[in-house]
Amino acid sequence: MNNFLQVLVVGIGDGAVYAMLGLGLVVIYRSTGLLNFAQGELAMFSTFITWTIWEVGVPLPLAVLGGMVGGFLVGALLHQVAVRPLGDPHLRPLATVIVTIGLFLAVNGAAQLIWGTLDKDFPKLFGEGQITLGGVAIAWQKIGAVLVLALMVLGFWFLFQRTKIGLAMRAVASNSESSALVGVPVPRLLMLGWGLAAAVGTVAGVFTAPGLGLGSNLMQLTLIFGFAAITLGGFDSPLGAVVGGMVVGIMTSVLPQYLPIFSKMRLAPAFLLILLVLLFRPQGLFGRKQVERV
Amino acid sequence: MSLLSVRGLRAGYGLVEVLFGIDLEVDEGELVVVLGSNGAGKTTTLRAVSGMIEAQGEILFDGQRMNGKRPDQFLAAGIAHVPQGRGTITDLTVEENLRIGAWTRKDGEVAADIDRWYETFPRLGERREQLAGSMSGGEQQMLAIARAFMSRPRLLLLDEPSLGLAPLVTAEVVDRLRSVTAETGAAVLLVEQNADLALGFAGRAYVLEAGTIALSGAAADLKGDEQVRRAYLGF
Ligand SMILES: Nc1ncnc2c1ncn2[C@@H]1O[C@H](COP(=O)(O)OP(=O)(O)O)[C@@H](O)[C@H]1O
Ligand SMILES: [Mg+2]
Repeated sequence: MNNFLQVLVVGIGDGAVYAMLGLGLVVIYRSTGLLNFAQGELAMFSTFITWTIWEVGVPLPLAVLGGMVGGFLVGALLHQVAVRPLGDPHLRPLATVIVTIGLFLAVNGAAQLIWGTLDKDFPKLFGEGQITLGGVAIAWQKIGAVLVLALMVLGFWFLFQRTKIGLAMRAVASNSESSALVGVPVPRLLMLGWGLAAAVGTVAGVFTAPGLGLGSNLMQLTLIFGFAAITLGGFDSPLGAVVGGMVVGIMTSVLPQYLPIFSKMRLAPAFLLILLVLLFRPQGLFGRKQVERV
Repeated sequence: MSLLSVRGLRAGYGLVEVLFGIDLEVDEGELVVVLGSNGAGKTTTLRAVSGMIEAQGEILFDGQRMNGKRPDQFLAAGIAHVPQGRGTITDLTVEENLRIGAWTRKDGEVAADIDRWYETFPRLGERREQLAGSMSGGEQQMLAIARAFMSRPRLLLLDEPSLGLAPLVTAEVVDRLRSVTAETGAAVLLVEQNADLALGFAGRAYVLEAGTIALSGAAADLKGDEQVRRAYLGF
């Protein structure tokens, strides 16, 4: 029983990180209706920015904020130079998705050029400590991840439901032409979406790096788990990203304990989940079914 | 001086030319209709006049040359456009659609304006939290019109509101539109295939045929003229 609780706790902590990356994917999906394959690499890049700031002696929490700002700028810039010239992503979805795959490679290469190919040690944002509850050890880092995730969800809920900019972002996602007709500056909002997604990704990277070591491949597994999370939760649902992230985290942590085959194939449960959801409930648990236009 | 004055308007898509030099005028508060069959270029005309596509020739609004400006600048100048197919934002609620319609406004009267449109269109008021995409065609058309008026336009461009609506519903929409324009003093440039309906609404009409103006005049005259009716209007 204790062993189960222990792996459950680990799974929830991992799941929180998948959910963070998933949130970034949801932000892009909600503004463009597309998946951003470069999301993980952007997160990796801004985690390197965080590391660089921390290395010169800035306290880690401040460095993370700096990394988020850096990530925002990089994300917004990449949108302006690589995505925007294609025109409206709603009209050219395939071209846009292919560009995000190109950006995946470009950002990865750029990170190797700037920071080299040796993994860096990355400190834990919430330190090495842990508490023990009923015989189950819970690292502060895991508790921190869940708290930070909760803050991010609140922030996004506020942005999308309570602000004019958030309303405009949802409008652009639903119907970019009509949004332009009422004067919404569509490309500028898409740029904002890219910046935000990258900033959010920074946090996911900061929580992934201590365990894996910070290298240019930092987020590639996490991206797959993030995709699985939002496929389960629904591409357009922040809540879905959270629930999906948790389920995926718990699954990948608990399953190998009982079915040894999965300890050799860590990605298998995630792929299986993606497949099953797409087959039986393509809109995911919380995603909205496409509303027909009358 | 006319509110909108279009001279020698040419426009198209890539190499395909659609409009071959159109002249039209809309006065302050005037209701004008452009009639034409499918493919005549009605939608293209409105797109040019709201800055959605590039056009040659001259587009003067309130004496100001609009050529080459962005859609949001057309809007800021006072031109609102309800596109063909209504263009409601289906994943937003009724109220959110109205709020996004006020995107360009900086004054503090947006909420009061929304309430006012709920009074004019009570059916929108009853459905303020409903997703626009789940409403009937007629309700969505009214929402699209109300949303366009949220920018407080001086000229409303309205593209085939009757499309896909039952005649009774269309009549109600047109009825509402008439009272809204009387109330706000906004001018309307309506494009329609439904000549009977449109000539009952507008004071003046143009007939568009294959990208050129074939005919224009007072709506009552066009409606009354046997020959014109048979040749151009099909009723
Ligand atoms: N996006 C487009 N790309 C290319 N051709 C178009 C496009 N939209 C319309 N057309 C063409 O332009 C002509 C006029 O279309 P349109 O202005 O939509 O006519 P109407 O609104 O009067 O039915 C048609 O021949 C149509 O095929
Ligand atoms: Mg048309």
